[in-house]
Amino acid sequence: MKTILATLLLASSLLTGVAFAKTDISIGMQQEPTSLDPTADATASIETMMTGNVYEQLTAVQEDGSVAASLAREWTISDDGLTYVFKLRDGVKFHDGSPLSAETVKFSLDRAMAKDSANPSKSIFEPIESVTVVDPVTVEMKLKRKDAFFLFNLASGKASIMSPAAIATNADKPIGSGPYRFASWTRGDRLTLEKNPDHRDATGVQVERVTFRFMSDPAAATAALMAEEIDAFPGFPAPELLPQFQSDPRFSVNVGTTEGEVILAFNNSRKPFTDIRVRQALSYAIDRKAIIDGAMYGLATPIGSFYPPHHRAYVDLTGTYPTDVDKAKALLAEAGVAEGTELSLRVPPFPYATRSAEIIQSQFAKAGIQVKIENVEWGFWLDEIYKKLNYDMTIIAHTSPNDLGNFARDASYFYGYDNAEYHQLWDRIQTETDTAHRDELSREAQKFLAREAVHGFLFQLPALNVVRKELTGFRMSSPVQAQPLSALRWQASN
Amino acid sequence: MTRFFLRRSAGFVATLFGVSFVVFWVMNVVPGDPALVILGIDSTPEAQEALRRLLGLDQPFALRYLAWLAGMLVGDFGTSYAFRVPVADLIVERLPLTLSLAMTGMTVTIVLALGLGVLAAANHNRPVDWSVMLVSQVGIAVPAFWLSILLVIIFAVHLRWLPPGGFPGWSDPLGAARALVLPTIALAAVQSAVLARVVRASLLEVARLDFVRTARASGLARSRILWLHMLPNALVPIVTIVGMQFANVLTGTIVIENVFSLPGLGRLVFQAISNRDLPLVQALVVLFATIVVVMNFLVDIAYGVIDPKLRPAA
Repeated sequence: MKTILATLLLASSLLTGVAFAKTDISIGMQQEPTSLDPTADATASIETMMTGNVYEQLTAVQEDGSVAASLAREWTISDDGLTYVFKLRDGVKFHDGSPLSAETVKFSLDRAMAKDSANPSKSIFEPIESVTVVDPVTVEMKLKRKDAFFLFNLASGKASIMSPAAIATNADKPIGSGPYRFASWTRGDRLTLEKNPDHRDATGVQVERVTFRFMSDPAAATAALMAEEIDAFPGFPAPELLPQFQSDPRFSVNVGTTEGEVILAFNNSRKPFTDIRVRQALSYAIDRKAIIDGAMYGLATPIGSFYPPHHRAYVDLTGTYPTDVDKAKALLAEAGVAEGTELSLRVPPFPYATRSAEIIQSQFAKAGIQVKIENVEWGFWLDEIYKKLNYDMTIIAHTSPNDLGNFARDASYFYGYDNAEYHQLWDRIQTETDTAHRDELSREAQKFLAREAVHGFLFQLPALNVVRKELTGFRMSSPVQAQPLSALRWQASN
Repeated sequence: MTRFFLRRSAGFVATLFGVSFVVFWVMNVVPGDPALVILGIDSTPEAQEALRRLLGLDQPFALRYLAWLAGMLVGDFGTSYAFRVPVADLIVERLPLTLSLAMTGMTVTIVLALGLGVLAAANHNRPVDWSVMLVSQVGIAVPAFWLSILLVIIFAVHLRWLPPGGFPGWSDPLGAARALVLPTIALAAVQSAVLARVVRASLLEVARLDFVRTARASGLARSRILWLHMLPNALVPIVTIVGMQFANVLTGTIVIENVFSLPGLGRLVFQAISNRDLPLVQALVVLFATIVVVMNFLVDIAYGVIDPKLRPAA
């Protein structure tokens, strides 16, 4: 009896596979969040799964980085750039049935801005002076100063518009207004979303059920893809395992762009990095191509400053300090750094960092610098390197968009860098609302940072995606961490 | 017996008390700030401070420890910093998986080890014995995570008999059982290799004793002597090792659950430590310590059952 049943089940599952278009999808994720509330936890996978899917924001960022309407239907900006008036969509309901209104928008933003708010991106709300309800579908925001990135930032999951009743339970039962609603979460294994039939765009949404499967181990992820347990793996963690997917007709492998600049950070507040000649010397000692080949299997774009290469305002500055060991040695000697000087390199537990570290160690050895590699755990890195600046050098990817402002923080930020000229430059960038002019200033900033050799600029982190061939609509590049599910489609395979 | 029991219970409480204090202290000394782990590197110092206040991290160390102890006494394990739900809920949803895995792992270990160990001892210094010894030597040398990956490649990717990882939940008993097959084998392989050698050695030790020769001389069947006379007398070292192995299996689940993406306590421990999630780490460590102490207690009871000479004085 059991065998007959099993055969029937098998046969029916085979049949459905052929007869009907698939309406569910399973996506592998390397990182599992501990909370599902993007306004309380910075874990990137929360944004990937929730932003634009479960939670919606006033605006949305498209794959090309441009800003589009979302919960706000349209908006007007006053001539002085300080007053934004948002018109909200009519009839939007949260998954708990409560309606979206100007009041809920005000509630969500006031909450993020509040003095006791623990929002992970509190700085994006800092320019806001006040949020006012004009009428049930109109919200007015007054800014303290012009902010070129304001509309872009409002698309972040950290600026999600939430149902006031759900705030306390969003950590494990997220309630939003998006095209997908939360179904279940087995911590440590999977999270399931289902289509929200009441959403304004529901007719265009083809995939009924999305399951995110958490697998931190690259070998496990590979096995799951090969065994057809999962259909896609965005941000695949191991570039060395990609060739087997490239040669497999079931998959397409796509190398997209991210906003993640990988830098060899120098502690600019510590000797010998206070001397620009030392920073220049080490920049000369770096061979980016060897690092990219060795650490990323050639799948990354070198950078010479702190700006993503796919951006229209990007300038290629990789030639500022071309690899030149003799020059590096000469500059080090000039700066009084003796041959054989030992510098520590404290490396966080990310594959791009640990692998780059070993190559940099051998490159610096050629220039007469002994690098002592210390692999540290993430919690340790945050406390010792990030918070206490207790390090010489480290390797880290900065994945936020528009983050030229990192260099305009004071010397207590872990770069230990403080430059009045750059502060002024950044002030002009973030308050410049004319795109062409802002791009010009951004180019100037890139050149400034490259010249100053604030860090060793290494490469732009690629987005490695392994996706089933029949699946379309998958976002390959990540201007923000979001992965909108409503665009996904299964194409007939045969 | 009562005195023995009381003494053990006092030792048990002291152990838990010591373990919890050491963990609390270590987690405080080790660099790492839960608020920073949760909020990430783009957060403002102001937001970090707000979260620290929210989590009670602005309180002094001693006060936090006492508050935790007080909570424990009334059965309140506290709320996880990172998950923001009660620690007890997190443990309850994951305990069944890890316990099942440890139990099946231990059962397979014991069955395999007894079978192989007895087989080797019965064929002492013959090819069967050598083969068993060779296989167990390889078993001891192979790291569990490597074996796991190998099993997945063979049975999940190529043959497609079993899932490569993940867990469908207990509501799907067949799926749950299938999901546990490979992890159980991976977990049991090393342990049974170790135990099989102990079984063999212990049996060979007993084989030299007079009662075995007497049994043989009186014409008892070989298998009867082996299973009914030699094995019971060889059990003390075997039970000792089994007791120790249970702790190994329990910690082994940390690696196995990560490789097979299983939602058990092993993965939770890993996550909790990375997040500096003190209430969760504390509760898990106390739980693991309890399981190990209880296991040791059972081993001590078992000694008395196996060998009356080892019973505690009344």
